[in-house]
Amino acid sequence: MDIHEYQAKQLLAKYGVSIPPGEVVYQTHEAENIVSWLNEENIIVKAQVHAGGRGKAGGVKLCKTHQEVIKTVDKMIGMKIVTPQTSETGKIVNRIYLEKAYKIKKEFYFCITIDRETGGNTIVSSKRGGVDIEEVAEKHPDEIFKMKISPGSDLLTHHARTIVYNLGLSGNAAKKAQKNILAIYKAFTSLDAAMIEVNPLALVADDDIMVLDCKSSFDDNALYRQRQVAEMKDENEYDPLELEAARHDLNYVKLDGNIGLMVNGAGLSMATMDIIKHYGGEAANFMDVAGAATPERVAAAFKLIYRDSDVKGILINIFGGMMRCNDIAEGLVNASKEVGLDKPLVVRLEGTNVEMGMEILKNSGFPIKPVDTMEQAAKDVVEMVKEKK
Amino acid sequence: MAVLLTKESKIICQGFTGAQGTFHSERAIEYNTNIVGGVTPEKGGTKHLDIPVFNTVAEAKKITGCNASGVFVPPPFAADAILEGVEAELDLIVCITDGIPTSDMQRVKREMKGSKTRLVGPNCPGVLTPGIGKIGIIPGHICRPGRIGVVSRSGTLSYESAVQTAKLGQSTIIGIGGDPVNGTNFVEALELFLNDPDTDGIVLIGEIGGTAEIEGAEFIRSWKGNSKKPVAAFVAGAAAPKGRKLGHAGAIVNSGDETADAKKDALRSAGVEVSDTITRIGESMMKAMGE
Repeated sequence: MDIHEYQAKQLLAKYGVSIPPGEVVYQTHEAENIVSWLNEENIIVKAQVHAGGRGKAGGVKLCKTHQEVIKTVDKMIGMKIVTPQTSETGKIVNRIYLEKAYKIKKEFYFCITIDRETGGNTIVSSKRGGVDIEEVAEKHPDEIFKMKISPGSDLLTHHARTIVYNLGLSGNAAKKAQKNILAIYKAFTSLDAAMIEVNPLALVADDDIMVLDCKSSFDDNALYRQRQVAEMKDENEYDPLELEAARHDLNYVKLDGNIGLMVNGAGLSMATMDIIKHYGGEAANFMDVAGAATPERVAAAFKLIYRDSDVKGILINIFGGMMRCNDIAEGLVNASKEVGLDKPLVVRLEGTNVEMGMEILKNSGFPIKPVDTMEQAAKDVVEMVKEKK
Repeated sequence: MAVLLTKESKIICQGFTGAQGTFHSERAIEYNTNIVGGVTPEKGGTKHLDIPVFNTVAEAKKITGCNASGVFVPPPFAADAILEGVEAELDLIVCITDGIPTSDMQRVKREMKGSKTRLVGPNCPGVLTPGIGKIGIIPGHICRPGRIGVVSRSGTLSYESAVQTAKLGQSTIIGIGGDPVNGTNFVEALELFLNDPDTDGIVLIGEIGGTAEIEGAEFIRSWKGNSKKPVAAFVAGAAAPKGRKLGHAGAIVNSGDETADAKKDALRSAGVEVSDTITRIGESMMKAMGE
């Protein structure tokens, strides 16, 4: 789960990380109180959306007067932000963060993430902060410094020291950076984070070190024991269908194509997306009916996909294993009745009683095409959606 | 002989009396698996499915001599259950549980350093040796005894592979699971199959994310002379949108090796027969075997 910049900063501050004074607002009039409370010459106004690249999209503005802050907030609320990391329709700004703007002396990049290769965490840092780190990785790979922390181990002082020396810091600034790095790592492990990316980590006046921007993501599996993080979920950031899927414990991600998919298992879901693409189609979603593919879950998942107006045809690919295919087929026919199915539906079932299941689908009276193989199912659904156009 | 699960395996189920533990133990018993006991705290001394229940793994081991365990314990308690089996010095622990916090698994990884126990999973379908038995949830009826070793990150794709290699049959099917931090990896599973006299060919099913397939490819490349075995592979996720999960840093940490295409290329250049779709994995295996 992702959270907003201001929420991440609130969490980091609890662990002793240095962050600028600031406050979030939802409406213009709230900004008036905040500017007088902040009482700073320069204030930075930042749209809070879960997407990188918002600066270039007009979501970050430096303001030099209080009137300018109010005017900017007024303009930014409700604004649509489209960046390479959002969908084409972009994201609406509902929350704006106002914080003290600093004169920056140096900018660094600092990130902690789970490393699948080692099973531990890896810290990535660079002297070249404040810019797109992927670009730095490409153009100056030798200026990216990686430190691998072994699984379940703490970040020790000598680790932090090594990182700050690599950033070229010394004296008081080095001490403060070291303290901040240790605190961010502590926050990472204590809060079950999956990634905390600080860009930039900045050196400002008086040798102070500040987290000026922060993106973070948390382990969904650990949210049950991280209530303060779980409560930070902003439902506006999610596609409504994704939210509903989450309520049914379905693993669903909305995509850009027009073929609705319903599959059991994450691997088979991806493999089904792949084969659709192989035959020239594009999936409208990723859907893993996680857990047992019971008739009830299959019906709930089917109705959800059906409601997506981008979906022009549906492919159901269930490897039932121990599930009885006739039960799944009956669940599907009932769901088809409920929605009044009029989009092409191709179904491939594998498992116990597969012939019975196929018979039920054939005789349903709905435009359902049962097929024997996944390959045929993919070819058919791509063809049927093309014909519909 | 097969790998991991053999005629000598004595198996217990942790989380035995729960819904999942019960259902899948019943299926395993139907499949003639040698289940000698179960563990559920507070239910020690009773019987479940006609099999003795113990309070702890240590007690189960003392009385039954078990050497392997299937873990069906709910996510918040699963890491602890794994470590209980590790401390009892079982040879094999297969953890089926999906949804264990990553930091819990990092802790397991730390505690298992230097241990003699092998962990398979978590978030995996388990291990099945046709004709011998199974730990986990792989449906027995789709597997046939034979000489192909299957190793897969995905459960359902290991089932697809079993169905498509029915003609050749399988020596053992190993689901290593899809979690970021897990036990047995591709290299270790490949090594088991390479050293198994009953395995003639290997199916490897990977996914986007991480670098385990790349390491597997490097290992296959290092095979020399007579100890080579034909490998067929599929990597799921070529059509998946980039960066939906961990964003930039994940990609940077793993230096761009994460895409399905990069993994397929690495496997191909190591001499693996790579299938473009999962539906051709059986064909690819036949081709790699020269049949």
